[in-house]
Amino acid sequence: MRVVAAMSGGVDSAVAASRMIEAGHEVVGVHLALAKNAKTLREGARGCCTIEDAGDARRVADRLGIPFYVWDMATPFARDVVEDFVAEYQAGRTPNPCLRCNEKIKFAALLDKALALGFDAVATGHYAQIVDGPHGRELHRAVDMAKDQSYVLGVLDEEQLARAFFPLGDTSKPQIREEAAERGFAVAKKPDSHDICFISDGDTRGWLTQRLGEQDGEIVDEGSGEVVGGHRGAYGFTVGQRRGLGLDRSDLDGQPRYVTRVEAETNRVFIGTADLLGADEIEADHVRWCGPAASGRHRLGAQIRAHGEEIPATAEVMGEGSDARLVVRLDSAVRGAAPGQSIVLYDGTRVVGSGTIARAGRAARAPSMPGGGAPADESSARTPSTSEAGAQ
Amino acid sequence: MVMTTYLDHAATTPMTPAAREAMVEQLAITGNASSLHGPGRDARRVVEESRERIAAALGARPSEILFTSGGTESDNLAITGSLRAARAADPRRSRVVVSGVEHHAVLDVVDHAVEHEGARATFVAPGECGTVKPDAVRAAIEEDASTVGLVSVMWANNEVGTVQDVASMAQIAHEHGLAFHTDAVQAAGHLPVDFAASGVDLMSVSAHKLGGPIGIGALVAKRDARLVALSHGGGQERGIRSGTLDTPAIRAFAVALTEAVEHREAEAERVGALRDRFLAGTQALDLGIRVTGCWEAGDITTRLPGNAHITIPGCEGDSMLYLLDAADVAVSTGSACQAGIPQPSHVVLAMGRSEEEARGSLRVSFGWTSTQADVDAVLAALPEAVTRARRASGAA
Repeated sequence: MRVVAAMSGGVDSAVAASRMIEAGHEVVGVHLALAKNAKTLREGARGCCTIEDAGDARRVADRLGIPFYVWDMATPFARDVVEDFVAEYQAGRTPNPCLRCNEKIKFAALLDKALALGFDAVATGHYAQIVDGPHGRELHRAVDMAKDQSYVLGVLDEEQLARAFFPLGDTSKPQIREEAAERGFAVAKKPDSHDICFISDGDTRGWLTQRLGEQDGEIVDEGSGEVVGGHRGAYGFTVGQRRGLGLDRSDLDGQPRYVTRVEAETNRVFIGTADLLGADEIEADHVRWCGPAASGRHRLGAQIRAHGEEIPATAEVMGEGSDARLVVRLDSAVRGAAPGQSIVLYDGTRVVGSGTIARAGRAARAPSMPGGGAPADESSARTPSTSEAGAQ
Repeated sequence: MVMTTYLDHAATTPMTPAAREAMVEQLAITGNASSLHGPGRDARRVVEESRERIAAALGARPSEILFTSGGTESDNLAITGSLRAARAADPRRSRVVVSGVEHHAVLDVVDHAVEHEGARATFVAPGECGTVKPDAVRAAIEEDASTVGLVSVMWANNEVGTVQDVASMAQIAHEHGLAFHTDAVQAAGHLPVDFAASGVDLMSVSAHKLGGPIGIGALVAKRDARLVALSHGGGQERGIRSGTLDTPAIRAFAVALTEAVEHREAEAERVGALRDRFLAGTQALDLGIRVTGCWEAGDITTRLPGNAHITIPGCEGDSMLYLLDAADVAVSTGSACQAGIPQPSHVVLAMGRSEEEARGSLRVSFGWTSTQADVDAVLAALPEAVTRARRASGAA
């Protein structure tokens, strides 16, 4: 097949490209330029958008003896990923831009362009596996669970999967680094990128403030209903977040407080004690199926963040097509389920599909009672409470 | 083994065998042209003989040739050096009058001076052929001639090949006592370039656009041109451009330029005919391809003989470039790349075309190794490339 290898300049996509060549495909390396302004490119210190990364990718392509191009995807990236990211935060939600990028850029804008130019597929260095199943191609978790990236691919539909290759899914990350070193890639020891690629210094709140401006608002305690503090923009807060609230804890009976919800319409941030944080019923929209569309009720595993824990759940599909919604009842409550995040559903190692969390809360059948309630509640309350949402 | 159809001579053209031989021979000879001993004198002699040959080929005096690393350095030195000298003599002279279709090696220097040195710029817009009218330059100067430090208009455009009437513009500048610079990187060796006859004060040239090596060029500067040095050190090149002279490259530059000028008339007609057949061929393909700028078959004086520039509605230039590359045809989008991303051409935009048209630009440039087989190959590859590229831009 004629395959575009998306080459970020990192070690994973370098090995992915070389494996595609070894498998006998005709491979062309493509680096996506995602920032319009070359100055931004120059200033970007890390992530996916620097000139250095494009140069690293080019050197790997040289070494592999394949043609290499930089394709300008800055316009769709700004529209479908960056603007969406800003709008979601402004609306009080917590988006995951990597999923959007996979859904709209790598396996849409890039894939469509590749197909039009005569290619058959796109290969990336994601850690996930594609398996030919009885109903077509299936997306599965990677063998290396520590690196598994099936979560951020849970937005790919059947057609996208049919044109995708993830050649690293059967190998562990340390082995990939060894393989890169054996092949003489200069990027073999290049550190992994963790941050949001278009926020080069990792300061998401600061970056959002530049775009949205300061928006002074109130912090309200769920327990008392009282205003206990102020903030400079509700968009800077995520459900489950503990740090950065700037509160004097002595006013708050000494109990740690977490963000429980963000109310964009009133620009208010609500906080509460850990016991208010657990959610065992999640409603999601923007449903994407990584295979045939499901309907009815299913016992599946649910995961609400990259590398997060998979929790047994009962998922029910309401409606169909673009109106489909998911109601997922988790067997045990999770903390920090924020609207805007994706919930990805698994059947064993297979990714069934995903949705974007619209609402997370307590199921009506299991009211939360302080000191008692469902076992799930207690288990979540015992969880160490130092980490912020999204952190591992 | 597939032979690449190389049609990007405006980016760089192959070295001629004679230039290559001269360079290789000189590379084996030790000697710094600034040294006072025998080997140094030998190197100096090669440099000075080359300088004389280059001067003769360009209608300049040997002392007017300042060797540089190429066109970009020559442009930087001409603009920054002149502007600083003009402002040192009269602080009011902080304005540069410059055409809107210059190479980035001129435009970005002007931008830098505006952003960091308090200079001002007046951009003269071209007409639809890319031609800058001398009267428009006059009007720009006469907005307030006492504030102008330098006037710069290129001899021939690198993207669309338009040849400018630099002699008339230099004369207008001189009427106001102003220095005139021209970027002649695309013109030297391809057009009748006579420095003295043109009247320009400063002229940038580069060896690798005419069969010489990459990395050597010259700023031709009248002896009374006021220039502030940008690189300081050993005091070479009238103290204006310090740095050890690259004897092998200078020798090869002289060989290539002499050859190019000797064969220029016949070669311009031959290459111009290839360009004409290519452009006529694109029109016969019935793919909606438009020729950028003004083109008349046989015209090798108002448009560079080797320059063909087309816009292909509905195509992204970078898709076209990839598809032709995959078919072993090497062409260019013609515009500057930033981090490998083709930007919509400021030249095509300045000529009044839309951004979409600018993005669908392709420059096909012919040179001394080009043949009819190259024309046939690119014309054969175009239809499928256009069809696919149109599909791709529909997709994105």
